[in-house]
Amino acid sequence: MNTISGLKELYKNPNSPASRKNKQKLGFGLLFIATVITIIPIVAIISFIFIKGISAISWDFLTTFPTNGMKEGGIYPAIVGTIYLTIGTAIFSVPLGIGAAIYLSEYAPDNRWTRAIRIAIINLAGIPSVVYGLFGLGMFVLFFKLGTSILAGALTLSIMTLPVIISTAEEALRAVPQSFRVISISVGATRWQTIRRIVLPQSLPGIMTGVILGLERAAGETAPILFTAAVFFLPRLPSSPLDPTMALPYHLFVISTQVPGMPVDIQYGTALVLIVFVLGMNLIATIIRSRARAHRQW
Amino acid sequence: MTNIKIHVEHLSLQYSDGKESLRDINLDIQANTITVLFGPAGGGKSSLLRVFNRLNDLADVKLLSGKVLLEDMDILNPKVDVIALRRRVGMVFARPIVLPMSIKANLTYSLELTGEKRVSVLKDAIERSLNQAALWDEVKDRLNEPAISLSGGQQQRLCLARSLVLKPEVILLDEPTSGLDPISTGKVEVTLQELKKIYTIVLVPHSIQQAARVADYAAFFLQGEVIEKGTGKELFINPKDKRTEDYIMGRFG
Repeated sequence: MNTISGLKELYKNPNSPASRKNKQKLGFGLLFIATVITIIPIVAIISFIFIKGISAISWDFLTTFPTNGMKEGGIYPAIVGTIYLTIGTAIFSVPLGIGAAIYLSEYAPDNRWTRAIRIAIINLAGIPSVVYGLFGLGMFVLFFKLGTSILAGALTLSIMTLPVIISTAEEALRAVPQSFRVISISVGATRWQTIRRIVLPQSLPGIMTGVILGLERAAGETAPILFTAAVFFLPRLPSSPLDPTMALPYHLFVISTQVPGMPVDIQYGTALVLIVFVLGMNLIATIIRSRARAHRQW
Repeated sequence: MTNIKIHVEHLSLQYSDGKESLRDINLDIQANTITVLFGPAGGGKSSLLRVFNRLNDLADVKLLSGKVLLEDMDILNPKVDVIALRRRVGMVFARPIVLPMSIKANLTYSLELTGEKRVSVLKDAIERSLNQAALWDEVKDRLNEPAISLSGGQQQRLCLARSLVLKPEVILLDEPTSGLDPISTGKVEVTLQELKKIYTIVLVPHSIQQAARVADYAAFFLQGEVIEKGTGKELFINPKDKRTEDYIMGRFG
């Protein structure tokens, strides 16, 4: 039965066996098309940036300072700055986030208060990043007088990252079968020993995945560091956490919009470095997850 | 011989969700015997087991009254050291739940919790507990393999061994053979006959036939109450209560 006669049959006898088969074919076809459409932009963006930016990439580009009003030279300080900001964010958000997740999953009673906290955390994840930037400006830069600095930026990014880390870590902790906890308690372990020796090791891959995904978002964001940490240009690397820094996403914003006559390959080269940085973290998370799944004993 | 290991007096228990509860239970469990708690589902047998090592602390209990003594230890006293209690009263569950680690680590886990690091002590405990659970010959060459790689019957005997590592005084078994084939079940039952020389065993059997096979003493539970109790022979050959007889004869349940 060809397509046209199939459609005719579908119109005339919508419930005949042939029509039902055709409906199924049609349904799967549409779902397949939907999947392809979603993949096209991702592939397009990555290949577009790769093609246009690869010519700018060189060892010098990655290891030298920008020169001639950014129009020449490399992006070294922006790469280093983004690494500093990511590490700084990890220092604050990882222990806090995992701690909160452990409390919510293992200790918090299931009452209205706990549910309210959980909803608040989920909502926190929906706040636009520029709002975090403004909050960071008011809170860390001005009120705590940290100035425009790596520290202020890392703290702002931490607050933005926390909800991601808390919710994924809590999910990973909850995925550990309750029966393991009961067994551990029944042989005389305390709750904390049970968490330390059973629950945490078993959920660690899941927690790591959440941490990396959260940090990846922090590394790629512009708005939160716009007012708190990033500067246009620095002639040298930051020497303390209280120094301002250059950063990849902000640098990309600057050279794409603020510098007239900017060579296109440097713009795309910068975008390519940022994408590789973020996708690289993503890849690490994927590897951790699939390896853990292969070794999991439950 | 009257040597009472656990003494239960006017014990009542209710869960917050109104589920399975216990009403005014009075029961003595003799040392070095197998006491079988049997009856239809929802009768309170498992709840009583979970009172004995305070695993009920993990559940939402609305009401718990009465007295339970493990020799001179007042189990229900809120101030009792539950960790110490659980080391005196071991438990084996219906589903064999091995911890996600090696066979060896499953056994040494409870000892390491107290900071025991001496290799000789750990090694002795592994060999003794596996021997007592009739598993040593099958696993002695593969102690470092993941426990999950064992068969269901072996896993359940590993769980039994795990509860024996701490040399508890009482072992609670909640339908320990419900998922096992008859051969594995037989092995466990034979093992229990050996174990009762050293330990006191409280068993919720997975069938009435098993109850009759292994019981020194038995108590029939129905809807949270003990309907009848006595020696295994008395209950299974000559039950006094009509309801006990009906249940044993398979007229309900």
